[in-house]
Amino acid sequence: MIYLLCLVLFSLGVYCVLRKRNIIKIIVGIIIIEYAVNLFFILVAYREKGRAPILSSQTPILNMVDPLPQALVLTAIVIGLATTALLAAIAMRIYEKYGTFDITKIRELRG
Amino acid sequence: MIELYILLIFMIIGAIVAIEVKDLLSSVVAVGAVGLGLSIAFLILKAPDVAITQLVVEILCLIILIRATLKKDLPFSTSGRWFFNSLITAGFLTIFLFMAAEALQQLPKFGQPIMRVASTYLQQGLSETGAANLVSSVILDFRAYDTLGEATVLFTAVIGVLTLVRRIGRKKIGEKVKAEDE
Amino acid sequence: MSKEHQAGMSLIVKTITRLTVGLILLYGIYILLHGHISPGGGFAGGVIVALSFIHLMLAYGKEMAFKKLSKGAASFLESGGAIMFLLIALSGFSGGYFFLNFINKGEPFRLFSAGIIPLCNIAISFKVGAGLFAIFVALVLLKTNSKEKER
Repeated sequence: MIYLLCLVLFSLGVYCVLRKRNIIKIIVGIIIIEYAVNLFFILVAYREKGRAPILSSQTPILNMVDPLPQALVLTAIVIGLATTALLAAIAMRIYEKYGTFDITKIRELRG
Repeated sequence: MIELYILLIFMIIGAIVAIEVKDLLSSVVAVGAVGLGLSIAFLILKAPDVAITQLVVEILCLIILIRATLKKDLPFSTSGRWFFNSLITAGFLTIFLFMAAEALQQLPKFGQPIMRVASTYLQQGLSETGAANLVSSVILDFRAYDTLGEATVLFTAVIGVLTLVRRIGRKKIGEKVKAEDE
Repeated sequence: MSKEHQAGMSLIVKTITRLTVGLILLYGIYILLHGHISPGGGFAGGVIVALSFIHLMLAYGKEMAFKKLSKGAASFLESGGAIMFLLIALSGFSGGYFFLNFINKGEPFRLFSAGIIPLCNIAISFKVGAGLFAIFVALVLLKTNSKEKER
């Protein structure tokens, strides 16, 4: 079952987000979750002995893979990069203000 | 499909290393390894557009994260109810995986998708849009609203980063730095 | 430290950068212009174009990269890309509905074909490339500002 391995990757990311206390580790967990979801979409779209969805001018290609989830994932990847940059900017701001990446100490400081 | 299993196991090992290693820079580099493995997996799964985009985006993401973590100290606090928290998290994830394994039986089997919408795109894509790359014709012609929404989200994220970085109310440095900030 | 950072890296890196940055930029433009007949498209091409400028900035320091593409030009290009995409979409109303492919489709498998898809690719690549370059510049400036404050 290849879907289950993909979900194991997803749950590793969830474990990292829930359990770690460092902000950079939390960002790493979010990135891993995003990779797992993208991979799941492409796995659903795959067809047995399929070809890439690009037409050829000489020979007609019959068994193509599904182009719709690929288009969705293509936009989702770029959004994920922008979101990661936003998270990194917030983390650098927190480091500049409090001098640490540890979220428990930040909670203590806020009082 | 044996190479796909090997790549997925490699990605899982990379994720475990990225989560458990103590050094932050090593963790970020391990995430980069996971992303490059994901790019090769997309290439095996016959999605070359997504593979190119993932490869390029991964490099830029790695640069940004290294820029964020460089020369920062790394205090770790493992105090608190360590055992209790780990137990609850492991129990939750075990229940989640059991539920997922039950739910995955309902999906179509791997390699035989139901292509009810996509068969229309595959047959009429060339005559309706004239583009040979069907993914490009889907994201820019059939489903262009999706791309418009993506452009809005990207614009919002860029504005958010620029707003976070801008410095408010400090006049010590002078005019030049402030003009660069805006 | 700050002076060395602005002056860039060593001579070897600068020479290699001078030889390769044009090729990277050209490859990005190739990817984005051939997005409708081969793998690639606006997103990947835009990110490669942004990476070429980031390469220049990492090797030569920020003044050299700002000489090629300033911050105002980057934000102008990003807004311009968004407005261009929206204008292409709105001009579909001349024939009927939003996002109508109103230009003649032409012969398939050629560079000038497929109606509005190459124009949309160019608009999206402007938007993505300029936006990511602006994000990177903002993060770099944040780092230098925090150093100046510590001193």
